[in-house]
Amino acid sequence: MTAVISNWSHDNQERAKRIIASYPEKRSALMPLLYIASLEHAYVSDDAMREVAELTGITPVQVQSVASFYTMFKRGGVGDYLVSVCTSISCYLGGADDVLAAVESSIGDVAGEAAAERPITVEHVECIGACGGAPAVQVNYELIEGVTPEKAVALIKWLTATRPEVILTDEMQQLFGGRRSFEWGSTDSEGAVRPIPAFGPYGSVGGGSVGGGSAGR
Amino acid sequence: MTTKILTTRMDAHPTDSHTLSRYLATGGYEALTKALTEMSRDDIIEEVKASNLRGRGGAGFPTGVKWGFLAPDEPRYLVVNCDESEPGTFNDRQLTERDPHQLLEGIIISSFALDVHHAFVYIRGEYPKAARRLQSAVDEAYEAGYLGDDVRGSGFALDVTLHLGAGAYICGEETALLNSLEGRRGEPRLKPPFPAVEGLYSKPTIVNNVESISNIPWITSNGGAAYAAIGPERSAGTKMLSMSGHINAPGNYEIVMGMTWRELIFDIGGGIPDGRALKAWIPGGASAPWFVPDEHLDTIVSIDDVAANGSMIGAGAVIVMDETTNVVAAAHRILRFFAHESCGQCTPCREGTSWLEAVLKRILDGNGRPEDIDLLLDIADNISPGLVWPPLMTTICPLGPSAVSPITSITRWFRPELEAMIARSEVRVG
Repeated sequence: MTAVISNWSHDNQERAKRIIASYPEKRSALMPLLYIASLEHAYVSDDAMREVAELTGITPVQVQSVASFYTMFKRGGVGDYLVSVCTSISCYLGGADDVLAAVESSIGDVAGEAAAERPITVEHVECIGACGGAPAVQVNYELIEGVTPEKAVALIKWLTATRPEVILTDEMQQLFGGRRSFEWGSTDSEGAVRPIPAFGPYGSVGGGSVGGGSAGR
Repeated sequence: MTTKILTTRMDAHPTDSHTLSRYLATGGYEALTKALTEMSRDDIIEEVKASNLRGRGGAGFPTGVKWGFLAPDEPRYLVVNCDESEPGTFNDRQLTERDPHQLLEGIIISSFALDVHHAFVYIRGEYPKAARRLQSAVDEAYEAGYLGDDVRGSGFALDVTLHLGAGAYICGEETALLNSLEGRRGEPRLKPPFPAVEGLYSKPTIVNNVESISNIPWITSNGGAAYAAIGPERSAGTKMLSMSGHINAPGNYEIVMGMTWRELIFDIGGGIPDGRALKAWIPGGASAPWFVPDEHLDTIVSIDDVAANGSMIGAGAVIVMDETTNVVAAAHRILRFFAHESCGQCTPCREGTSWLEAVLKRILDGNGRPEDIDLLLDIADNISPGLVWPPLMTTICPLGPSAVSPITSITRWFRPELEAMIARSEVRVG
């Protein structure tokens, strides 16, 4: 028996079925389904948790107990662009507090002109595994390494002015990044369409399907 | 000393080392063919035991010995830990983004050896690019017959499922990871039972780190003895070290252990920017007690030598601090991390990490009290009795004792600096 959430898009219903079928026990699909529900509802709403409970055969309060444990399941209050500034130890040593301050003040500067339908949310986060390219920033979990306060302000202005549909890590790195933790390899043409991780099986990617020089999928 | 195992392909082919075509053109999947056609399951396990490969996730437990504990019940699972979240660590990210087929071949060989037919890779949610690269590799592998119902005509069946985390450091602890993978809060389980006996869905489960599994193809091709011959006896093979902080050449380095810290920091890492003096470094991520130049520059970089000097290599994160570093602020930054990431199950950790952070904060804010150093040590002692190394625990998992490391480090090595900061508070308040 696979429950279907009729108000989800057809594609997301199919994804949910595939994901549930890929685990020996359907409760394991809970976290992936919370990501898909975030695509449907823009965040983990009460309705989303009820739907995921129905799909996984547990109660809504059990879903809430899990969703509230993990910082990346947002309960609302997040704009189209989630700017996460790492301020853990290595980024701190590299001046991340100045990057965070610059971002926060530039958000203040642009708040008046930013239309409500595309707001930017800023958060400081713990280590995102980019310590060799500190300080590091993510936009919708897509990475930029070697960011300066000046580049961070330019990033906010760029997001406000261009309002990209798809957030691409290589594009941002080229525009606003500096030293990287390591060479990244060929360009990654897939990116984030929402403030959730961009991952094909969860339906959260945008952009082309084949990167420059990379194999087809 | 230039032996490399894990990073040769990505170094030689910087743009496309992640693709199946490049992998096959550089000897990829030949180890799998050897495993499936020339070796028994026990042969592979014996080679991994003979390699002396010690788990790269932090604990350093011998991988082959862990495999030997796998209980016979069916089904059984392999879970690869790519939840790399220890502050300072970014080497699993590189291995997964730049050579995903090497990891995948390791998964397939390991699954064959362990008679596993469903393997999972738990990838932290903040690594979407690593997840995309590995998913592309998985898709390519299914298409080419390296995964599925009949792996390369051998009759061996294997499925691989990637699972994204959602921002909880604690899920790097293997039993918390299993709970998370089951759709639960990422709270560590009491051990025993160990996962090898009761793991995922209470079935026998091996949990191995990305770097450990990425070594399996080389060990299969070249033999365990060849791997064991590299480096010091009890730190065999190569190790990926992530270097960050105040260092001229941050990045990941695949090294053979056995050099001194002086060589690592000044020769490989290029020394300290602008000729400033080295003040301290953390040899194994935020959880590890700190090293200082007067005591440890000539200590050997090996799992056992670092342990004998009261710290750990851990997952291989070297965080360097120069003379300009406010060590109390640095310790506070690490405590803030642990206070945020404590899962809350165990009182000493849930309360203690927040208290330690709060006391450091008030010292930093100029409100320190004379009794604060003793208070810090007392709270720390309640989390990790005796403040000894390796740490004793009053908690289910090592997160609490990890949070104690910055406290013991600054009180041991930088006590005058801490006392002076508190004394300035007294003058101001008084």
